Amino acid sequence: MAAASNFRALEATNRRETAILIAVFMLLFGALGLGLDFAARDLYLDNGRLAGFPALTIAALLFGSIQSLVSFYGGASLVLLSVHARPLTPDTQKHQMVLNVINEMAIAARMPAPKPYLMDDPSPNAFATGRDPQHSVICVTQGLVDNMDREELQGVIGHEMSHIADYDIRTMMMIAVMVGGIAMLSDFVYRWMFFGGFGGRDRDDHDRDNNAAALITVAVVILAAVAPLFSQLLAMAVSRQREYLADASSVEFTRNPRALLRALQHIAQIESPLKAGTAGTAHLFMVNPREGMKDDNEGFLANLFSSHPPLQKRIERLQAMLGAPSAASIAAEAVRSTTSGPA
Amino acid sequence: MGLVFFIILVAVVAWGVLAYNRLVSLRNQVDNSWRQIDVQLKRRHDLIPNLVEAVKGYMQFERDTLTQVVEARAKAISAPDQTSRMAAENQITTGLGRLLAVMENYPQLKSDQNVLRLQEELTTTENQIAFSRQAYNDVVLEMNNSTETFPSNFIANNFGFKKAEYFKIAPEDQAVPKVDLAMTAPRA
Repeated sequence: MAAASNFRALEATNRRETAILIAVFMLLFGALGLGLDFAARDLYLDNGRLAGFPALTIAALLFGSIQSLVSFYGGASLVLLSVHARPLTPDTQKHQMVLNVINEMAIAARMPAPKPYLMDDPSPNAFATGRDPQHSVICVTQGLVDNMDREELQGVIGHEMSHIADYDIRTMMMIAVMVGGIAMLSDFVYRWMFFGGFGGRDRDDHDRDNNAAALITVAVVILAAVAPLFSQLLAMAVSRQREYLADASSVEFTRNPRALLRALQHIAQIESPLKAGTAGTAHLFMVNPREGMKDDNEGFLANLFSSHPPLQKRIERLQAMLGAPSAASIAAEAVRSTTSGPA
Repeated sequence: MGLVFFIILVAVVAWGVLAYNRLVSLRNQVDNSWRQIDVQLKRRHDLIPNLVEAVKGYMQFERDTLTQVVEARAKAISAPDQTSRMAAENQITTGLGRLLAVMENYPQLKSDQNVLRLQEELTTTENQIAFSRQAYNDVVLEMNNSTETFPSNFIANNFGFKKAEYFKIAPEDQAVPKVDLAMTAPRA
C-alpha cells in the first residue's frame, strides 16, 4: 500500500519534470534564436526594415516545437527504423516465450500489451518507445532472447513496461530529438557569429556602442558553445534518475526483486557492446549500450555524461530491496550454482 | 455574494460527478479484472488434456501427479458454486506446478517440441493467472480506498458502492509445491 502510493507520487513527479524539461529546452531554443537575431541585426537595418523584430527567435522556437511534435507522433517508428528493428514473430520457442512474457507483464501493469519488436544484435539489451501506453513498443535484442531465462526476461520486460507506464518513453524520445535540435541550432549560431556577425560589423559605421555589441556577441558565442553540452547533461541526468525508478517499478510488477537482479547481474557478465548503440539513442536502452560505458564509469565526470547509473549501483539497490546483504547473496548464489550443476 | 455561492455549488457538484464516475470506473475494472482471471482459467482447462496426453507415455512414475491434475480439472469444470470451483482451481495450480517441476527430470520430454510448446503455453497461462489476480487485488485496493476514504466515501455511501472482495488463497494452498529434483526421479 505504502509502496503503491509512493509509486504514484513518483509518477506525478515524472510528469512535472517532463514539463519543466520541455520548458528548459524551449528556453534554450529561444535564447539561441535571440542570439541569431542579434547577429542578424545589421541585415534588418541594411534593408531598412524594422529593427528588433525577433523573426529568427520565433523561427528557432517554431523549429523546436515542430521537432517535439514530429518526435511525439513519428518518433517511435524513426527510432525503430534507425536501429533496424523488425516485428517479433513467434517463429521459435524462445520468441514465443518473449511474446508471452510481454503479455504477462502487460497484465501485471494493467496496460494494453505493447507491440513486440526484435533487433538482430548479439548484445543483450532492450528498449521501449512510443507516445503513450496505447501506442507503445517493446524492442528486444536477439542477444537478450538467447541469454535470459524466463525469470530474467520478466525482470527486463517489467523494467521496460514501467518506462511505458510512467510515460518515460515519450519524454525520452522527445529528449533525443530536442538534444539533436539544440546541437544543430547551436552549430548554426556559432558559425554565423564568427563568419557572419563579425564580418558584418566591419562594414558598419563606428557610431554604435561597439563594447556592448562585442559583449553580447561573446555571450551568444558562449551560449552556442555551452547549450549542446548543457542539454546533453540535462538529458542524461533525467535518464539516470528514471532508470532507478523503472527498476523499482519492475519489482512492483513482478513482485520478485530477484528477476531483474539476476538479469542485471547476468548482463554485467556479458561483454559485448551493441552495434546500433549511439550517443543519440543510448538513453533509450535497458543498459547503456555503448562500449566501455556499461559499468566502469565510476568517476564524477563519467557519471555526468552517462545515460545510465552504473550497473553495479542498480544491482546494489535491487539487492537492498531483496533485503539480503550483497555479500551473503553472492555466497548463496555461488553455493546454488555449484550444487545444482550436473552431478 | 450570490455568485460566490453559485461557484462553490458548481465546484461541489463537479467534484461529486467526478468522484461518482471514478467509483463506477473502478467497479467496472474490478468486474473486468475478475473476468480476466476466468478467461485464463478457461485457457488452462483447455490445455490440460493435451499436456496430459502428451506426457503420459513418458512419465510412468508420475501417474498420481497426472491423475490429480485431471481430476481437479473435472471438478473445476463441474463445480456447482464459486467456492468449490476456486478450491478445485487451487488444486489444479498445485498439481500443475508439481507436474511442470517433475517434467524437468525427463530428458526425453525436453526434446519433444510438442511438449515444449505446451509447457510454455501452460507456464504463461499460470503466470497470467497469477498476474491477473495481482492486478485484480490492486484494483480492489483502489476501489476500497475510494469507498472508505474521506471525502469520496460520501458519494460511495449514498449511491450504494460496496467494498470489493480480495482474491484469497486458502492457507493450505499457499505453500509452493516443493519438489526435490535430485531424489524423485532417475536421472538419465
